[in-house]
Amino acid sequence: MSDVYVVGIDMIKFMKAGSGPAVELLGAQAALMALDDCGLKIQDMEALYCGNLGQAGAMVGQRVLQQIGQTGIPVVNCANACATGATAFREGWMAIKAGVYDTVLAVGVEKMGGGLLGGGGGGGGIPKEGLLGSMTMPAVFAEAGQEHARKYGTTFEQFAKVSVKNHHHSTLNPKAMYQIETPLETVMGAEMIAYPNTKLMCSVNVDGSAAAVLMSEKKVKALGLMKRAVRVKASVLTSDPWQERDLVMPDVNTCTRLAAKKAYEMAGVSAQDINLVELHDCFATAEILHYENLGLCGDGEAGHMIDSGATALGGKVPVNVSGGLLSKGHPLGATGIANVYEVATHLRGEAGKRQVANARLGMTHVIGLGSACAIHILEKVA
Amino acid sequence: MSKPLPAVDYLKLPESGEPYLEGPKCSACGSIYLGARKVCSKCGAREKIEPVRLANEGHLYVYSIVHRSFPGIQVPYVSAIVDLEGGGTVKGNLIGVDADPAKIKFGMPVRVVYKDALGRKDREGNSYTSYFFEPR
Repeated sequence: MSDVYVVGIDMIKFMKAGSGPAVELLGAQAALMALDDCGLKIQDMEALYCGNLGQAGAMVGQRVLQQIGQTGIPVVNCANACATGATAFREGWMAIKAGVYDTVLAVGVEKMGGGLLGGGGGGGGIPKEGLLGSMTMPAVFAEAGQEHARKYGTTFEQFAKVSVKNHHHSTLNPKAMYQIETPLETVMGAEMIAYPNTKLMCSVNVDGSAAAVLMSEKKVKALGLMKRAVRVKASVLTSDPWQERDLVMPDVNTCTRLAAKKAYEMAGVSAQDINLVELHDCFATAEILHYENLGLCGDGEAGHMIDSGATALGGKVPVNVSGGLLSKGHPLGATGIANVYEVATHLRGEAGKRQVANARLGMTHVIGLGSACAIHILEKVA
Repeated sequence: MSKPLPAVDYLKLPESGEPYLEGPKCSACGSIYLGARKVCSKCGAREKIEPVRLANEGHLYVYSIVHRSFPGIQVPYVSAIVDLEGGGTVKGNLIGVDADPAKIKFGMPVRVVYKDALGRKDREGNSYTSYFFEPR
């Protein structure tokens, strides 16, 4: 099976939720940018994999092509909660792996509303939110973080430090929604949403899009695109294995651990080899859990890891140097491909002020609650 | 006035006797669920599910103190996940404690209590009974 490469990739600067143009125009922007990044045309694409959650039933991929070139290629529209973009990317990767196509386009795009996600309930009778606890995302991820606090004594301050770090990183990323420093007192003193997550510890709802051109090895060589190409060393998708508290406590840990194990095996590397990680910091609490889930540190060591600065730019394994979902923003269907963009940009040595020095291997991770986990390991080629 | 209805289908309100929570249990692997089902999602066994009465005593597993919710929902409140003695994990509001992390301890013993569902009514005006957790 051919190795698969990312040859073109880009994202738009994320913007305030609801402020962007129609979803097809938003997606078209990133698609054109990714094509320009590798000097190819829509006519060179053999298939389109489009990730979008909010209009999952509305043929968003086709509508993107109606903006940039109706070439008649197959379009697959993907929805997989917050793993939507990564799932679309992976579908393209699989099609090339299978030898069906040599060149495909993956687009992730989302137009968001504001406010709390989750907790809507549904079903008959009376609303359950605030009656049977909370199913809003801030509360669900607060409880997931509290499980770590229960086991290891992780503190509110340690969770808050994640947000300080990621907001700092975003000051170096012109494509992030925000470029604002948020000192520890500011993060901890911000409006409490669901203890221990304050408002500054919740990801930002934004409009955004990102796109990637994936290509088989022989095509990359034939077109002379290897110089800026990034090799996809592993692509893994998992769902949530049974856990005893599943029904009331969505489990983001087990599916991540399973995906990480498979990804390291597929890539033939270990966690110690990874130079940077873009992981799913939908809430500050979540980032702490994933240090351990991804094997970046041992179980129970994540609190120390954030304290030590190991995951800050300049540290042993910088995490979310883009600013993460906490400050770059989280356009659900675009996030997975935007993460790949960030890692690819570092592997290409094109990340400017936030460049992770000598980055050769990077990892992306997303969680779609419900649950899906997608992990990609990317490798510098040239 | 008609009798209150259960807020969720795993809360049982018998004609005589006390309310209780019911958890379908897989007789093949012992997993306990909430709400009706026919197949065990842990072991895949079919038609082995038997309803069991869950305990009213349990321990707080984890919690969050919710300060921001949707309009009309009174905050702050404590969203809690409780492991019941003998099996089964349920989520609900922890009442009878201050909404203060210093006052809430992981593992604290709690009991399930049954009360009116915070005055919430459905479109037909029916009242509901729900369950809550209290320290014991």
